Amino acid sequence: MTSLIPSSSGLEDLPPGAEPGAVPAPASTRRTGWRAMLPSWTPKLAVGLGLVVAIALFGLIGPVLAGDPDTIRNISLTAPSGDHWLGTTQTGQDVLDQLTHATRGSLQIGLLVGVMATVLSAVFGVIGGYVGGIVDEAFSLFSNVMLVIPGLPLVIVISGFVPADQRGSWTIALVLAVTGWAASARVLRAQTLSVRNRDYVAAARVAGEKPWRVICVEIVPNLLPVLASQFVFAVIAAILSEAGLSFLGLGASNSSTLGTMLYFAQNGFALQREAWWWFVPPGLIIAVFGCGLALINLSLDEIINPRLRRPVRKRAARAASGSSRNSAVRSTAA
Amino acid sequence: MTPDLSPDTAPAPGTAPQAPVLTVRDLNVVYQSDPPVHAVRDISFTLHRGEILGLAGESGCGKSTLAYAINRLHEWPADVTSGSVTFHDRDGQDLDLLALGREQLRRFRWSKLSMVFQGAMNALNPVTSVRAQLEDVLTTHRPGMSKQDRRARCAEVLELVGVEPRRMNSYPHELSGGMRQRVMIAMALLLDPQVMIMDEPTTALDVLVQRGILREILRLREELGFAVIFITHDLPLLLELSDRIAVMLRGEIVECEAAETIYRQPRHPYARRLLDSFPRLTGERGAFLRDDGQAAPKTVRDTTPTGPGAADREQVRSDGGVR
Amino acid sequence: MTTLEVRDLVKEFTLRSGLRRTRLRAVHRVDFTLVPGRTVALVGASGSGKSTVARMIARLEKPTSGTIAAVGPDGTRIKDRHYRDHVQMVFQDPFASLNPFHSIEHHLARPLVLHGRAKGREQVREQASQLLERVSLPVELMDRRPHELSGGQRQRVAIARALAPGARVIVADEPVSMLDVSSRLGVLSLLARLQREDDLAVLYITHDLATARHFSDSILVMNRGRIVERGPADDVILTPQHPYTQTLAAAAPNPELRGRLLSSEPEPQAASDRHHLTYDHEAGRWIDIDAATDSDAAVAG
Repeated sequence: MTSLIPSSSGLEDLPPGAEPGAVPAPASTRRTGWRAMLPSWTPKLAVGLGLVVAIALFGLIGPVLAGDPDTIRNISLTAPSGDHWLGTTQTGQDVLDQLTHATRGSLQIGLLVGVMATVLSAVFGVIGGYVGGIVDEAFSLFSNVMLVIPGLPLVIVISGFVPADQRGSWTIALVLAVTGWAASARVLRAQTLSVRNRDYVAAARVAGEKPWRVICVEIVPNLLPVLASQFVFAVIAAILSEAGLSFLGLGASNSSTLGTMLYFAQNGFALQREAWWWFVPPGLIIAVFGCGLALINLSLDEIINPRLRRPVRKRAARAASGSSRNSAVRSTAA
Repeated sequence: MTPDLSPDTAPAPGTAPQAPVLTVRDLNVVYQSDPPVHAVRDISFTLHRGEILGLAGESGCGKSTLAYAINRLHEWPADVTSGSVTFHDRDGQDLDLLALGREQLRRFRWSKLSMVFQGAMNALNPVTSVRAQLEDVLTTHRPGMSKQDRRARCAEVLELVGVEPRRMNSYPHELSGGMRQRVMIAMALLLDPQVMIMDEPTTALDVLVQRGILREILRLREELGFAVIFITHDLPLLLELSDRIAVMLRGEIVECEAAETIYRQPRHPYARRLLDSFPRLTGERGAFLRDDGQAAPKTVRDTTPTGPGAADREQVRSDGGVR
Repeated sequence: MTTLEVRDLVKEFTLRSGLRRTRLRAVHRVDFTLVPGRTVALVGASGSGKSTVARMIARLEKPTSGTIAAVGPDGTRIKDRHYRDHVQMVFQDPFASLNPFHSIEHHLARPLVLHGRAKGREQVREQASQLLERVSLPVELMDRRPHELSGGQRQRVAIARALAPGARVIVADEPVSMLDVSSRLGVLSLLARLQREDDLAVLYITHDLATARHFSDSILVMNRGRIVERGPADDVILTPQHPYTQTLAAAAPNPELRGRLLSSEPEPQAASDRHHLTYDHEAGRWIDIDAATDSDAAVAG
């Protein structure tokens, strides 16, 4: 199951221009192998990927180019200017420098939580769904319990218990992952139940494949679109929850994220002092990143549920299959 | 119906001979994909009143596309590029179906020409009763009808297709597949249509259930005199059921003859090949199994020529000419 | 050469609706033997339990009671561990039985490796291409994925996969019912050829009496989980004894009988007292499988 993570997280930090979906696929090109699992190139996906890649690059490269975000200057709350493109904070720190580091921090947490939550949901959803019986009942019950526990309050309580000096980004990520996997597990279980009853799974069993191999080789690849979409969803949820936590002052103590930026902006009365350059950029980045991931998710949905791409693509596919079927008829006839 | 149908006899007894109800002329349907797929090519045929026209062909031959295009149910990228479909109404009026406006089309569709789809039994709404779904059709198309008349009409059509009217309050999941298919046929009959297009109506059903439904279709045709276009890949079924059969191959009708002629003297090699694909239940045993083109052991009994290239070769059929 | 012996096979399903539990007997005391070089057809309408028999033979379901045993040429029973080397299954829907994610090579290579027929990439590929040749498919298809193949080609791949472990007993569950009519005979002929070449024992499950008759040596007719008639193919089809077989035979479309649809009402329902009996053409009499464990307890035909 570890093999999924690189593939699904690959959606996340795609190098620009090298993303596999970027190659426009005309209807006549045969999409084979992994390519067929990728979403088709739509404006929706293009905009989504563009936004996400831009922000990811900002978080990756930005901190290298930017100055030290913690440098304190005696120019409190200056508006954006040539020296400080996004102005300064109450303590004279450069907002742009801070923004780059905060974006990186938020992305880290999001990615971490996304991977952990996806692995957890895959373990509970796929294994439960495939094995069935008492294991499934137990796993279902467990994920249902996790589902009804209200997420944010639990996160607040757990974060409250962990002393502030031990509250690193790993702890926060773990807490968010533990509270965020259950819904995906339900989705994956339902999908597994449907895939499990396909004949090719039965055929693999008849061929003598071991259960773990049936799960990993026959079932999971067919769940990849669902897994990817659940991963993207987990990343959005994680970034938002982390921002919420940090805003409440319960975030990781040793890292700066978009949430901590907002927390400090709130504490420094940025709103009251009309220092929009302090709180608008982090808010905007969260919103735009969420929007980009949501657009990617919509494109992934189209793979899972081909009906969403009707009528254009479905009919075309039918016509194409019709013609290939015809040629097949001809070839068997000969 | 008598078995001694010569190609030119009137389709059904009791109806005016050769009065056409639907004329299709040079119809072309193209899927505007890349590259475009010409799914229906220059198809022309005439359907007479009270006639059962069989449309035989394999998947991908365009038979469903044709059915959808006749009823204007095709969606983009399917596109009728040329041709005409004319409906000859009972009162002598001719309707150009391809020129109908949206509202006219809506009124026309179910009341004059109805359709039973493949897998239609799964098209019933699972959360409302059969009665509600049947009455819904009537409220839409016959707004003036009183509640009692509606109910009576629903009971009547259900009885026609051999479903007890007391099952009317059932929900679809309480009925078997064959029963649901009958309900769908009843729904197609509700407005007393003059033409009914049935696209593989029995493919998903058991032979026993299929037999029951076919019997109903024939009886209803006899009683109500509507014409049927029956689409299927099951040629023996068409041979037994229909008056004329059109064989489709790659979007074209390659042969259109009386069923008896197709059975006894198929002219087109494809029609012959299709016919040979179905072993006879009662014929000589083992006559149909051919080799699949590889290493032929001597035990293979018959080498019936296949494929379009076999047109001129002698046709070997174990039971040809049996009467 | 392997023989498959099915003895007194029973399968019950438990249906739960709310707190109520009902037991549904899907297969009732089914009994037959598959012999090398011969094809047995199992015929019945949907829901008759014929697919359940296939799934039990393929070990996808556990029988409630009864035994399924593969017996080797020396008369010893084959161990469970090796059962799948000998008994394989071809599924009904080739669009569903091949994993859309994997290449054709994967589908052939896995059973080869699992059953120790080939080792190393080279040898596996070599053997897989031989398998493709045996089912009359071009070797170039090896790297394709299932959706690029036609239905007939896919079913040939599925047959090749069943042969890959070196199986001697093949259960074909409606192998052609989902295919286009023009590719049906090709696939059936392929099965027939492979059977002759390898001396396979084949169980051909179908609802189509006509192909059952032409393709198999003997026929078992199944209705509601019971075998109601058994015997040589021609005897069962041409002189059906059981009312159910008669109805089934009469329901099949037959161009020779044009015009009968209106005149004839449902076929004879006489002899309804025999519904639970089995007519055995070889023994030439009715057998009551419930009457005694000893099948000699016969009822006069």
